[in-house]
Amino acid sequence: MAALETFYEVMRRQGITRRSFLKYCSLTAAALGLGPELVPQIVHAMETKPRTPVLWLHGLECTCCSESFIRSAHPLVKDVVLSMISLDYDDTLMAAAGHQAEAILDEVMEKYKGNYILAVEGNPPLNQDGMSCIIGGKPFLDQLRKVSRDAKAIISWGSCASFGCVQAARPNPTRATPVHEVITDKPIIKVPGCPPIAEVMTGVITYMLTFDRIPELDRQGRPKMFYSQRIHDKCYRRPHFDAGQFVEAFDDEGARKGHCLYKVGCKGPTTYNACSTVRWNEGTSFPIQAGHGCIGCSEDGFWDKGSWYARLSDFHQFGIEANADQVGATAAIGVGGVIAAHAAVSALKRAQHKGDV
Amino acid sequence: MAPLDHGKRDGAAPGGAEDPSAPAAPARFLKAIYVYEVPVRLWHWVNALAITVLAVTGYLIGSPLPSMPGEASANYLMGYIRFAHFAAGYIFAIGFLGRLYWAFAGNHHAKQLFRFPFWDGHWWGELFLEARWYLFLERKPKLYVGHNPLAQFAMFWTIAVGSVFMIVTGFALYGEGAGVDSWQDRLFGWVIPLFGQSQDVHTWHHLGMWVIILFVMVHVYAAVREDIMSRQSIISTMVSGVRTFKDAEAPADEPEPKAAKPASPKALEPAG
Repeated sequence: MAALETFYEVMRRQGITRRSFLKYCSLTAAALGLGPELVPQIVHAMETKPRTPVLWLHGLECTCCSESFIRSAHPLVKDVVLSMISLDYDDTLMAAAGHQAEAILDEVMEKYKGNYILAVEGNPPLNQDGMSCIIGGKPFLDQLRKVSRDAKAIISWGSCASFGCVQAARPNPTRATPVHEVITDKPIIKVPGCPPIAEVMTGVITYMLTFDRIPELDRQGRPKMFYSQRIHDKCYRRPHFDAGQFVEAFDDEGARKGHCLYKVGCKGPTTYNACSTVRWNEGTSFPIQAGHGCIGCSEDGFWDKGSWYARLSDFHQFGIEANADQVGATAAIGVGGVIAAHAAVSALKRAQHKGDV
Repeated sequence: MAPLDHGKRDGAAPGGAEDPSAPAAPARFLKAIYVYEVPVRLWHWVNALAITVLAVTGYLIGSPLPSMPGEASANYLMGYIRFAHFAAGYIFAIGFLGRLYWAFAGNHHAKQLFRFPFWDGHWWGELFLEARWYLFLERKPKLYVGHNPLAQFAMFWTIAVGSVFMIVTGFALYGEGAGVDSWQDRLFGWVIPLFGQSQDVHTWHHLGMWVIILFVMVHVYAAVREDIMSRQSIISTMVSGVRTFKDAEAPADEPEPKAAKPASPKALEPAG
């Protein structure tokens, strides 16, 4: 393992010209939303800082985060993996396997004690002593606890690590638990999404390596630069929402005209993510642009909020599943009936005792 | 009967213009008492209007009207509906703050909305008595200058507590649109993660609307019914501020006149 090589040295060694390197730094600055005056800072950091080792663990997950990550265009994921970070352990991307692979974990933990970043994709199940997820013959829970002990910071990739996602959905038989509820003594950056946007993932990593600090986080521990606005706030269909022009059904005139998908259950107004600005696959499109509402995949517990085609969550407290409107209207009809009956009895009583008061 | 909501009679009159019967007149004949001062009455009707606008526009935000024809640039329906909701929300919130202030500045009846005398066994007794009256198990309700305990219970939970809930969740949702640097987000943004996520807050805010609608239904019905069937004025009191009584018995929340009851016992017993 190339121990304390800087980013720049690694890039030069790979035959990247200084000109390309500078271009790359400018692009990175642009991707992070930084002004051109910060480019020299990035250049300086790349030239002087040793590459930071990143250990990427996989728990209960579907690898969609990795699939998304390798499609990053700005910066290209090859630049991130080969030049910026030292991705020393990622069992789906690395060449090594078996004991050889597991040995790298111990080596990095020892050599870069307190100085490596732990990226977690997926989450640990806690039931049955964590037996529902075994890595290298041991529960993932043990691996997570061990590797997190000397980590500088933890990145929770995706909704699994951040909030639990599908494996933690009701009734959650394995008790899949988000990372921040298991590891409580480390700074944790949540990058939710199922999967998160590729550029958001590489952007978060680039920021952390460039400025050697974790990005500013919101109340729920998500980087503000990507998660401070709702899909709805920057949606290109927003004018149709304000105008009151909706898709009423997926094959109607409104759908063809690209009207707002609010009435067919778009979760854009309650979902914090960068899809409507960064978009997907090199900015090609995102779900709403493709004509389907947002399903709110980067929100806590999005599997358990009822239909993806309804704007109101279901309550489960009543035995049956019902949303606020159904509960409220039923109660209003019930109370209305009681009032009518009560009024009738009152009138009868009054007729009986006419003249009392 | 011990007074429930106050002990001093002079509290019933507004700033200085005194109840002439105050401490000295023993055989007071309770016929009309000034209960609700101008700010309380004004707030009541402004609040009623705000709630109406909020409920209608709020429902339409959750379940919008049929799609508008034409170009987006020629329409702004949802924008207007949302504006009406936010404007009424501000009026509702500011009115509530004003009403809260008046609980301290106004007479003792103004405090009743914000009080929940949980430890007062006597109050609970009267609450159940009132409930029995509504279940036709009591022949006659008690008289009250202020709210009866059952009404006070309902108002405390739906109007005092319910309004705070709707204002807090409402501003939290408003803060989502106003942005992370807005004062709404700084003051109320913590509500969103408290409930889990934005959609949960929307859902509970929506449910809160239904709770208030239920209250309004019962409130209006009870007010009309009491106005007809009980022994004190209800609806006109919230217009003029004066509670009038249809018979001469002392209200349960006012000290009894010292003299013998002016009405004959026969009049107090229902015939039959």
